[in-house]
Amino acid sequence: MQQIINGISLGSLYALVAIGYTMVYGILRLINFAHGDLLMVAAYAAIYAVTLLSLPWQISFPLVMVLTGLFGIFLDRVAYKPLRDAPRISLLISAIGASFLLENLAIVLIGGVPKGFPRPEAFAKVIDLWGLRIQVLTVYTPILTLVLLMGLLYIVHRTKVGKAMRAASKDFETTRLMGINLDRIIAVTFFLGSSLAAAGGIMWAMKYPQVNPFMGVIPGLKAFIAAVLGGIGNIAGAVVGGFVLGLGEILIVALFPQMAQYRDAFAFTVLILVLLFRPTGIMGEPITDKT
Amino acid sequence: METSTRNTLCNIVLLAVLAVVLYVFEKHGTEYQIRILNNMAIFITLAVSYNLVNGFCGILHLGPNAFITIGAYTSALLTMSPAEKQLSFIIEPLIWPLSVMQVPFAVSLIAAGLTATIFAFLISFPVFRVRGDYLAIVTLGFGEVIRVLCNAMQSLTNGPLGLKGLTPYTTLWWSWGVAVFTVVVITKLVNSSYGRAMKAIREDETAAKAMGVDPFRHLLLAFLISAFFSGVAGGLLAHLITTISPTLFTFFLTFNLLIIIVVGGLGSTSGAVIAAALFAWGGEALRVVESPMNLGFITLPGIPGMRMVLFSIILMVVILFARRGIMGRSELSWNRVFAALRLQTKA
Repeated sequence: MQQIINGISLGSLYALVAIGYTMVYGILRLINFAHGDLLMVAAYAAIYAVTLLSLPWQISFPLVMVLTGLFGIFLDRVAYKPLRDAPRISLLISAIGASFLLENLAIVLIGGVPKGFPRPEAFAKVIDLWGLRIQVLTVYTPILTLVLLMGLLYIVHRTKVGKAMRAASKDFETTRLMGINLDRIIAVTFFLGSSLAAAGGIMWAMKYPQVNPFMGVIPGLKAFIAAVLGGIGNIAGAVVGGFVLGLGEILIVALFPQMAQYRDAFAFTVLILVLLFRPTGIMGEPITDKT
Repeated sequence: METSTRNTLCNIVLLAVLAVVLYVFEKHGTEYQIRILNNMAIFITLAVSYNLVNGFCGILHLGPNAFITIGAYTSALLTMSPAEKQLSFIIEPLIWPLSVMQVPFAVSLIAAGLTATIFAFLISFPVFRVRGDYLAIVTLGFGEVIRVLCNAMQSLTNGPLGLKGLTPYTTLWWSWGVAVFTVVVITKLVNSSYGRAMKAIREDETAAKAMGVDPFRHLLLAFLISAFFSGVAGGLLAHLITTISPTLFTFFLTFNLLIIIVVGGLGSTSGAVIAAALFAWGGEALRVVESPMNLGFITLPGIPGMRMVLFSIILMVVILFARRGIMGRSELSWNRVFAALRLQTKA
C-alpha cells in the first residue's frame, strides 16, 4: 500500500514532465531533449528565489513556473525556430546540443557540487494516514498534478488557443493556411510544457532534496519514455504512461529488492518492448507517415 | 598518367608520410604527444564508423558508447592474465571460461569487434522498426542499459570498481593502423552499390524501397559494420588508458562523437577524419581556458567545465548557421586536390 502511494507520487511527477514532451512533439514532431534540463533550471531558480530573494515559497514557486515557461519560449526561439524547415536530424542534434549547453553552463556558473533544496516545512511533515506513515509531499504531488492537469485540459479543449494547438498537431500546414499565427501557438505550447516541467522540477527537488546540473537527465528520459508508452502526442496518454511507469518502477523494486540496481534499466526495457509490440503506445492513434 | 594509378600512388605516398611521422614521434615524441596522437587515431576510427550510420544512412543513432563499452570490456577481459583477474575481482569471482582465458592483443581486438557486432545484431530488430526520434531514444536507452548492466553484473565486469592495470598494448602503430583500415573499408563500402543504396535511403526511404532497395538489410549492414569498428576502437581505448569503469563510457562520449561528425559534415568521411583530428588536438589545446590565464594586466581564473560549454556552443552554432560543417557531403579526394591545383596554375 505504502509502495503504491509512492508509485503514484513518482508517476505523477513523470506525468507532469511527460506532458511537455508530448505537447511539443505533437506540434513540432521534435523530441525536446532539453526538456529534462528545464527541471534543473527550475530547481535552481527556486533555490535562488527562496534563498537570495527570500521570497516565501507560495510566491516563488508560481513565479519560477512562469519564468521557466518564458525560458522555454526563449529556448525554442534560439535553438529550434531557425531550423523549422531543416531536416529533422538537424533539429534533434540542436536539441541535444541545447541540453548539453544548459548542463555545462550550470556547472560553470553554479558548480557541479549538489546544492540542498530549501524544502518548506509544510511539505516535509510526516503524517499518519490509516496507519501508513507518509510524507505530506507524497500526497500533495498527485493532487497538485491533477489540478495542473485540469487547468491544462481546460486550456487545450475549451479555449481558442487550445483549439489552434490541437489543429496544429493534426496538420501543421493547413493550420497555417487558416490564418493562425503558428509561432504564437508554438510559443504557448513551449510555455505550458515548460511551466509544467518547472512544477515537476520543484517537486522532484523537494522529494530528493539535492539539486545538481545533471538532475534533469534521468527524469527527462523516463518522462519521455512515459510519453511514448502512453502514445506520444496524446496528453491523457502521457499521464497514463507516467503513472504506469512510476508504479512499475516502485513496485519492481518493492517486490524484487535484488533487482534494485536494475531499476534504471527497467524504463528502457519497457520502451523497447512497447516499440516492438505496440509502437503507438497505450492510447496512441496509428502513426501516419508524414515525411 | 592514368587518374587511378596517380591516386593509388598518392595514397601510398600519404601512407608513407604518415608512417614516417609516426616513427619520428614514437622515437622522439614526448609521452604527452604520443598520447594525443593515439587519441586522435581512436577518435578517427570512432567518428568515421559513427558517420557511416548517422551521415550516410541518415539515421540518428545515439548508442555508440554502448558498443565502445562492450568492445573495451571484451578485449580487456581477454588480455588480462588469470592471476590479474583473480586480484581484480575481489567482490565476486569472474565467471568460468573468462577467468582462465588469455589471448594476444590482436585476437582480443577482433573479439571486441565481433562481440559488439553481435549485440548490435540483437538490438537491431527493435531499433529498425522505428525511425527518426524514436530510433534516437531507443539507441540512447541501449547505451544506458549497457552502463547499468556493467555496474550490476559484478561477476562479468567487476561492477563499479572497473578493471584496472591493463597492459598498455595500444601503440601508435596499432591505433593508426586500425584508423587507416577503418577509413579504407568505410570508403570502399560507401562507394560501392551498398553505399549508394544507403544514401538513397537517407534521401527518401519510400522512394528507395520502390526502387527495390531493402532498407532493413542496408541499414543493418551499416549498423553492424559501425558497431564492429566501435568495438575495436573500444578495445584500443581500454588498452590506452589501462583502467576502465562503467562511468567512463557515458552519453558524454556519444555527444563528443556527434560534435565531431556534425562539425566535419554529416556524410563525409574525410570531414569526420579532419574533425576528429581537430577535436583530439583542440580538446587539449582548449585546456587553456580551464587553467588560470595571465593577460598581463589581469589574471583570469580558470573555469573548470568551460571546455564542454565551448564544445556545446560550437555544435549549436554549426548546426544553426553552417549546417554543412567543414566538408558538407563532399569528400577530399585526390581528383579534387589536383583539379584545384590545376586551376591555381592556370590562374
